[in-house]
Amino acid sequence: MQCDVCKKQDATVHLTEIVDDKVKKLHLCENCAREKSEEMEAHFGLADLLSGLADLAPTSVKETEETEKISVKCPKCGFTFRDFRKIGRLGCPACYDTFKENLSPLLKKIHGSERHVGKIPSKEEVKRDTKTILANLKERLIEAIKLEEFEEAARLRDQIGEVERGK
Amino acid sequence: MKLEDLLMRESEWLKGIGPRSNIVISSRARIARNISGFPFFNWAKKADKEKLLKLAEEALLKSKFMKDTIFLKMKDTSEIDKQFLVERHLISPEHTADAAYKALIFDEKEIVSIMINEEDHLRIQVLQSGFNIMEAWRVADEIDSDLGTKLAFAFSPKWGYLTACPTNTGTALRASVMLHLPALVMTNQIGNVFSAISKLGLTMRGFYGEGTEAIGNFFQVSNQVSLGRSELDIVNQITSIVNKIIMREESTRGILLAKNKEEVTDKIWRSYGTLKSARIITSDETIKLLSAIRLGIDLGIVKNITRPLINELFILTQPAHLQKLEGKVLTATQRDYKRADIVRKKIGGK
Repeated sequence: MQCDVCKKQDATVHLTEIVDDKVKKLHLCENCAREKSEEMEAHFGLADLLSGLADLAPTSVKETEETEKISVKCPKCGFTFRDFRKIGRLGCPACYDTFKENLSPLLKKIHGSERHVGKIPSKEEVKRDTKTILANLKERLIEAIKLEEFEEAARLRDQIGEVERGK
Repeated sequence: MKLEDLLMRESEWLKGIGPRSNIVISSRARIARNISGFPFFNWAKKADKEKLLKLAEEALLKSKFMKDTIFLKMKDTSEIDKQFLVERHLISPEHTADAAYKALIFDEKEIVSIMINEEDHLRIQVLQSGFNIMEAWRVADEIDSDLGTKLAFAFSPKWGYLTACPTNTGTALRASVMLHLPALVMTNQIGNVFSAISKLGLTMRGFYGEGTEAIGNFFQVSNQVSLGRSELDIVNQITSIVNKIIMREESTRGILLAKNKEEVTDKIWRSYGTLKSARIITSDETIKLLSAIRLGIDLGIVKNITRPLINELFILTQPAHLQKLEGKVLTATQRDYKRADIVRKKIGGK
């Protein structure tokens, strides 16, 4: 069997991808398979997800703006979002903060959620408890204001004040 | 202890024991951790990689969980030895490349293995025999908590444990169960299982070979989602789905035995006959035939061979294992001779 990509070598790697319940088969030689697997980053269609992310941006956005955005450098490690698009991996933990605008929709797309609910490092426990409580209260406050539930909003505001003062 | 000593011993996960070991080969929990303040491995400069390796090595060797362990630097490990470790599931294939600052620590039972400087700074893996994913997670959790007192892990209150690839962020837990599903493959139900699983935030892939064309009917089910679900949620979900797959496989085995007994029995004994007589055999054919014999053992048809022996043969017949047994480099053809030889003798052929 011939390789589907170069049509020269014998296909020795046989891939089956399931996309939207449709089975797609691909027969590749070793060289093309290596390229393809780099592309797919051995994971499950990360490339698809990333190109999907590109689709999330409105197409009318001026390209210059887009270029500026993906050229922003992480202050800790010098990594750019363009690098991420190329290699599918981030530069350092701080990149998550640097690129949070771009990463937020991506994480949501991959995981269907963007809030961690699992284990926390013991050193973080105290800090995180306060932070989570505050984040939740603030979200509820915004919601209450939107719905014009001002009594509830006032109550939440007081509560936030208490937590912030460390009560 | 030397790597050669492992050749003569069974890894814990190959013992063929543990719950539901007629269908479940092994359960694995793997968590990724990165040390705060350092770039991820692939983006790190040499000096950082070196520092990371040193930091991790010191912390790990101090941990009470790392007694009776073997520490290997990948740069001091030969290509065959690295392949050997991959075949024993102690390292990932990725860990063999770019070896300069990578290392591995694992315990003598081969239950716990920790890769240093893979894609993430630490990859903690716990591998149990049979359907034991909760226990695997529990052990990984304990080790992680202990290491967390020695190393500051990169963590965000919103996004959890931060990893090089956003697909692992959150719990950074990948829980997987390796299943042997010959009856579901024979009756063409495996495609349904694939598509049902992909709708549940889990993935399934062939263990040998790729996609639905898995060789030898071995499949690995693992979680795909790591953010927005707690570790226990992830483990419980895998447990309940795998339970359903096990039930389906078992009932299908029952039906096959009731309705197609002659065909099934024929297939099993022919496989046995081939392995008992062959002088040249490829890895793919070996896996296929061993799978059929394993089913024969599960169904009570083959009685003179044990499951642990079959498990052992799956590992011993892989390329690096064959070469270590022989003590020298073998070509693909020479390996096919050697493989046939080992299997034939182990299962009572001449």
